[in-house]
Amino acid sequence: VSDLFTQSAIIAIFAGGIRLSVPLLVASLGETFGQRSGVLNLGVEGIMLLGAFGGYYVDLKTGNPWLGLLVGVGVGLVMGLVSAIMSVTFKADQGISGIGVFLFGLGLSDLLFQKWVGTPRGIDKFPELDIPGLSNIPWLGEMLFQHSIVIYLAFAAVPLSIYIINRTTFGMNIRAVGENPEAADSLGVSVARIRYTTVTIGGTLAGIAGALLAIDLGIFQQNITNARGFIAVALVYFGAWRPLGVMLGSLLYGFVGALVLQLKVLEIVPNQWSDIASMTPAVITILALVVVASRFRPPGALTKPFTRGA
Amino acid sequence: MLMALGASPVKGFTKLLTGAFGSWGALTETALKATPLLFVGVGITIAFRANVINIGGEGQMVAGGLLATIAALNAPHFPAIIMIPFVLSAGLLGGAIWGAIPGALKAYYGVNEILSTIMLNVVAVQLMNYLLRGPLIDPEGGGRIPQTQRLVESADLPRLFGSGRFHIGPLIAVAAAIAAYIVLWRTPLGFRVRAVGLNADASRYAGIPVKRTIVLALTMSGAMAGLAGAVLVFGSESHRMVTDGSTAGFTGSAGFNGIVAALFGGLHPLWTIPASFLFGGLLVGGNAMQRAIQVPSALILALNGLVVIFVVSSDRLRKRLLERPPMVIDDPTDLIPPVQEATPAPLGPGSAGGDP
Repeated sequence: VSDLFTQSAIIAIFAGGIRLSVPLLVASLGETFGQRSGVLNLGVEGIMLLGAFGGYYVDLKTGNPWLGLLVGVGVGLVMGLVSAIMSVTFKADQGISGIGVFLFGLGLSDLLFQKWVGTPRGIDKFPELDIPGLSNIPWLGEMLFQHSIVIYLAFAAVPLSIYIINRTTFGMNIRAVGENPEAADSLGVSVARIRYTTVTIGGTLAGIAGALLAIDLGIFQQNITNARGFIAVALVYFGAWRPLGVMLGSLLYGFVGALVLQLKVLEIVPNQWSDIASMTPAVITILALVVVASRFRPPGALTKPFTRGA
Repeated sequence: MLMALGASPVKGFTKLLTGAFGSWGALTETALKATPLLFVGVGITIAFRANVINIGGEGQMVAGGLLATIAALNAPHFPAIIMIPFVLSAGLLGGAIWGAIPGALKAYYGVNEILSTIMLNVVAVQLMNYLLRGPLIDPEGGGRIPQTQRLVESADLPRLFGSGRFHIGPLIAVAAAIAAYIVLWRTPLGFRVRAVGLNADASRYAGIPVKRTIVLALTMSGAMAGLAGAVLVFGSESHRMVTDGSTAGFTGSAGFNGIVAALFGGLHPLWTIPASFLFGGLLVGGNAMQRAIQVPSALILALNGLVVIFVVSSDRLRKRLLERPPMVIDDPTDLIPPVQEATPAPLGPGSAGGDP
């Protein structure tokens, strides 16, 4: 077990944890916007799968991960709009319509992969960006400052989200629409427009998260997200609808994932124990759901479609 | 959609239909594929009647399969007539436990059941991987293949119609659907479940134990999925429980596709029977289509997703239209109009199977 406490293992766990947490962080930040405005979009998993395939495919064909990321943006934008049409205009049941988006994304991404690619081939990743000066700090430098640029951007989105939600008019409208759409509506805020915007933001970030995941792994396979999109939805509850809490939840999953990876690489414990270790974040999340349910109140209008005068 | 993939739609649909319903062999294959969908779908309808959404079918199937497997590995040498009910009950219990947890969390702690059932899916798959790679692994497999040994033969589900793969699983599923219908509409318990689903506050004033009813509804819902898991294990060709590391590897995504079947059946246990058969047919026919015109059967999954999207979007539309005149509600099924016409066009030929 002492192998686990060597410098290289600890650095690998920290650096890997940060890397692994990014797709979850991006997807759940997006979902935070939707939920704060009263829409629970369970389709994140499906949108991530489509974004992952789009990003993978374009990166494979062009060799340019940035173009792959751009396609992730496009796919997410379109799917976000579709989700908004379902949940806002058609007032579909938010628990079930997301399952439709999930099955659609799962099927279509696999279908296109088999049809257009067939055998998995590796793709180019984002270049790493060592921050001058900081990256030379022993331990910390390797853990925090030798990542690809998208990782810094993802974490920069956390304070940005906090600022948007808490300090801008748009953010205030989001919270108003999420807490009391009738009141917001009576003051001239368009509930539909705000929700369309937040759900589309959420979809776009989910598409980005999928593309980031595929490009980071350098590969695509059926169901590559493996429930990450669903976990992202739960992490918004975990984080009590606050970007900072969402980030902590994402990091928890990332670190445990990296720890499990190290356990497997170092072979210091029997393999099946890593399955138990992978189980812990999910169990912690369930416990966190209980704590959050008793301590925090979800946005008042969460999962409730708004009909004027109803 | 088929044309976009550069294949002949006519040939594709012919293959899809004949592959699913065209012969006796195809029909039995379809019935087998429909079985887990029906179990899960019936479970979904029970939960939905109590106004609870159960997305945890996948995890509940795994939990049921695992407990049934453990029961079979540890049971004394019962004859088949005792062994089969014994292992199926274990499966039922496993699913029930996995359903009771989110039920209790919702009723007593206010935890959103959509999230807790999803997280329990994640826990279940890790638990399955741990058990099948560790304590339950086949001692003869050299510790390499994550699967159990061949389970006792007395637990094999009896085959029907001679030598085919068809076993009694589909019959159990149909019986379960009928039982769910009777419980929901002909017993006081079912009345309480439906009352809580229609109006929890009014039910509370009427003296119905709302919390306990919610737990019970999710427990029964999970039990159905657990049965599906057990039937998958003991009706399988290999008669073992095997994992490829994912839930879908064991369940074939029936925990999600069962939701589609239930929705298509108007969230009514009896209508879920033909709906499951239809979607089982799509899955089987999709494989036949893949072999014939090289369109991956993942197409079927994508179509299922579209079905859900259309059904939930249009169901709501119709409800909104119905909301205008005040209604006298005798039976809550009146609230859910038949959804057949909401099917997207590509499913047209198959929806004829929607009649019992």
